[in-house]
Amino acid sequence: MPVVMDADRIARTLTRIAHEIVERNKGVDDLALVGVRTRGVHLARRLARTLKEITGDDVPTGALDITLYRDDLMRHAVGPQPLVRRTEIPFSIDDRKILLVDDVLYTGRTTRAALDALIDFGRPRGIQLIVLVDRGHRELPIKADYVGKNLPTAPDQSVQVCLQETDNRDEVVLQQGGAA
Amino acid sequence: MSAPVITRVEDMPAVTSLRRKDLLGIADLAPDEISLVLETAEAMKEIGSRPIKKVPALRGKTVVNLFFEPSTRTRTSFEIAEKRLSADTLNIAIASSSVVKGETLADTALNLEAMQPDMIVLRHSSSGACHLLARICRSAIINAGDGMHEHPTQALLDAFTIRERKQRLAGLKVAIVGDLLHSRVLRSNIHLLTKMGADVWVCGPPTLFPTDITRFGVRATSRVDEAVADADVIMLLRIQLERMEGAFFPSLREYFNVFGMTEARLRLAKPDVIIMHPGPMNRGVEIASEVADGPFSVILDQVANGVAVRMAVLYLLAGGAEHETAA
Amino acid sequence: MKRLLKGGRVIDPVNGIDGIHDVLIDGERIAAVGRDLPIDDASVIEIPAGLIVCPGFIDIHVHLREPGQEHKETVASGTASAVAGGFTAVACMPNTTPVNDDANVTAYILSKAAEANLARVYPIGAVSRGSQGELLADIAELKNAGCVAITDDGHPVKTALLMRRAMEYAGMFGMPVIEHCEDASLKGDGVAHEGYVAATLGLRGMPGACEALGVERGILLSELTGSAFHVAHMSARASLRAVRKGKEAGVRVTCEVAPHHFTLTDEALNSPVPYDTNTKMNPPLREAADRDAMLSGIADGSVDVIATDHAPHHYDEKQVEFDRAPFGIVGLETAVPLSLDRLVHAGRIRLPRLVELLSVNPARILGIAGGSLSAGVAADVTILAPDLRVRIDAARLRSRSKNTPFDGWELRGGVAATFVGGRPLFVNSEAALAV
Repeated sequence: MPVVMDADRIARTLTRIAHEIVERNKGVDDLALVGVRTRGVHLARRLARTLKEITGDDVPTGALDITLYRDDLMRHAVGPQPLVRRTEIPFSIDDRKILLVDDVLYTGRTTRAALDALIDFGRPRGIQLIVLVDRGHRELPIKADYVGKNLPTAPDQSVQVCLQETDNRDEVVLQQGGAA
Repeated sequence: MSAPVITRVEDMPAVTSLRRKDLLGIADLAPDEISLVLETAEAMKEIGSRPIKKVPALRGKTVVNLFFEPSTRTRTSFEIAEKRLSADTLNIAIASSSVVKGETLADTALNLEAMQPDMIVLRHSSSGACHLLARICRSAIINAGDGMHEHPTQALLDAFTIRERKQRLAGLKVAIVGDLLHSRVLRSNIHLLTKMGADVWVCGPPTLFPTDITRFGVRATSRVDEAVADADVIMLLRIQLERMEGAFFPSLREYFNVFGMTEARLRLAKPDVIIMHPGPMNRGVEIASEVADGPFSVILDQVANGVAVRMAVLYLLAGGAEHETAA
Repeated sequence: MKRLLKGGRVIDPVNGIDGIHDVLIDGERIAAVGRDLPIDDASVIEIPAGLIVCPGFIDIHVHLREPGQEHKETVASGTASAVAGGFTAVACMPNTTPVNDDANVTAYILSKAAEANLARVYPIGAVSRGSQGELLADIAELKNAGCVAITDDGHPVKTALLMRRAMEYAGMFGMPVIEHCEDASLKGDGVAHEGYVAATLGLRGMPGACEALGVERGILLSELTGSAFHVAHMSARASLRAVRKGKEAGVRVTCEVAPHHFTLTDEALNSPVPYDTNTKMNPPLREAADRDAMLSGIADGSVDVIATDHAPHHYDEKQVEFDRAPFGIVGLETAVPLSLDRLVHAGRIRLPRLVELLSVNPARILGIAGGSLSAGVAADVTILAPDLRVRIDAARLRSRSKNTPFDGWELRGGVAATFVGGRPLFVNSEAALAV
């Protein structure tokens, strides 16, 4: 299973993205990070830490569960409902620029669900999308504003993002077969 | 799209669906299914604190609230839950006289079914009415209270409330006082609390004990002091006036004197005891006003949690296609 | 026409016969029972090994529902169901619409029975007018019209006083009073046996004591009046205890048990189908100790009769909430398989005892013809196939109603043929009996 990004590469990529955020937004005023559960949340928190190191400022960070907004929710042929987890956005998103963070961008449907969910929370001034890996094959007109790595893939491959916080190691692996 | 990639056991959902088409009673549920409902309810509760208290999860689904017994509290709770999930709701309140005059429950259900509701929430005065409906209808059936049999969503919201305060169910001493014979809330709570490992004590006059009550895995006593001693949770059940006329006990005054939850009796319990009541309360009969309004009461929390728990149940049962039915 | 039932095991307890015999039927009557009877001009029916030839079975507790409730059953469909179940005669209950409390209704029933010309029908008349429990019915008139007993079945006779008078009066004619034993106040609006299962299902219960109270009352009054008292559909161990004591004391008490009460317990209300209205009857299915007591009473002779309490109800009437469903199940076509499987094959009784329970005693208690194969009696014969594998199929019952909890049951033992007055009215094609 080819390792596409190792721990070191992931760390440097996140640092680079953090700098891009600061540059593009001219600082971190009015910014907030919202990670899409589950791994997006950990990536968002890491970015928040790095942004604090760079600018000295705290960027509010929240966690978004998009299960109830998925477009495939009631269409499973067989099998379980996805487990719903808590959304925790302990700040107002009105008039903020929201940095939506996810691990892999693929069809774009998760992002669409996340946008719907966010809009129900308030009216942000803007939403920018940060992904660690963009593996192509979009089914909706969605584009990431910040991409860690562009990874061309075949539809029968899957991209597995492992993070220390959930999987005890940092790496991105490209696998033959599988869902993602 | 990022799918959740599972590489650790902790990430694996123990069970993410109920193994059944309907929720007819707690008696049929396994402990892991109960946990699933409670955990899902936690996520649902947060939706009630958002500015837009709505998620599209049940969008386009039709839920019928078919109530053969009058109920404001439960029906409203279900209705809010359904609307928060973006379902289309239909409330049908059937006065019992129209049933006596004409259509059978089975026919009412079949007529409804022809309009293809996804789910039917049924409250009925006959035990087993939901089982009849579940056999006839393809819709998912949720029992909102059938006769003296069960009221599963009440027990689930009671459990949710207890867990919120006590962080657990196992090992707690829970005392349930009231009309045990006629109470569907009692039966559901006994099933749930014993399945989840609580130490359940039931208390009331012997005339109101169901037969063989101890076979349900509970301790039974007619001495309220014994029941509430060191209790973590005290649950009061409603006493109905008609029971007095059925010679179950002589008067409401006497009931209050012997079994009513007063501040004095409360002091026998643990210092952080919580007081619960499914409502509506008879102040001065099963519970003194000071206790109902006092600092230990979580009665209003129960009501608030009802919406979250019912959202969880609706969501878990609503899944698009055929679920495997329990054997 | 002469028929010779050749070479079967004949069990005729009244005449002390149990062994391979031939039975010669001449027209409507039994001509002779013996070994190696000469064939002459008789048409020979070879009885295959293993089949049993008995005096015709008599079900003394059947609801034929006619007049007035023909959507559930008629005399014609009920008697067809009876012969398919191995019964050559039935006694039918008076809770029809109108109640059988006068000669006109009795005559109507008998005329329908004659028209159907299948199993014999012995009407049982009401104790009180309209079975309302206030005024005695015209009992002599009922007797003359053809009733063989009186009962207010469906509920108990309202007061002890009325029961006493009924016993005294019916005693004049040698008619037994058959009683649905129950204390109405204790029964309340119960729908199931008061016990753990009812508590779990949230159903109002009726304790066994409720039935036993009625039994005790009847026994005391029977002792007082000297009249015959018969306990209908006994189900509770407390009732059996009272019956035993009554018999020991020499009281003229008899009792019957229905097959569902010696087979099922209240667990059936919860499984396989929870709140199955085909498990709702009165008296209810009770706990295991009661069911076992019924079995022991059958084995030791305290129980006199097996009677089905055949209670047909239309599908729509049973397809309702448990509380609202009417009490009762059909039983004519399941009685013999259940009795053979659960009593004989289970080793609790032997075949001669079964014949007593289903033929000898019923005839004796009602004072009607039947119960034996003596020469000169009507040729009512039931031929059993004790080893036949039977699968109960509700849809194919001959009764108009299919309300049985035994649908799909596989039992060992069935009916091979039923002869009434020498005519083979039912022949089971699966029993390898060539008639």
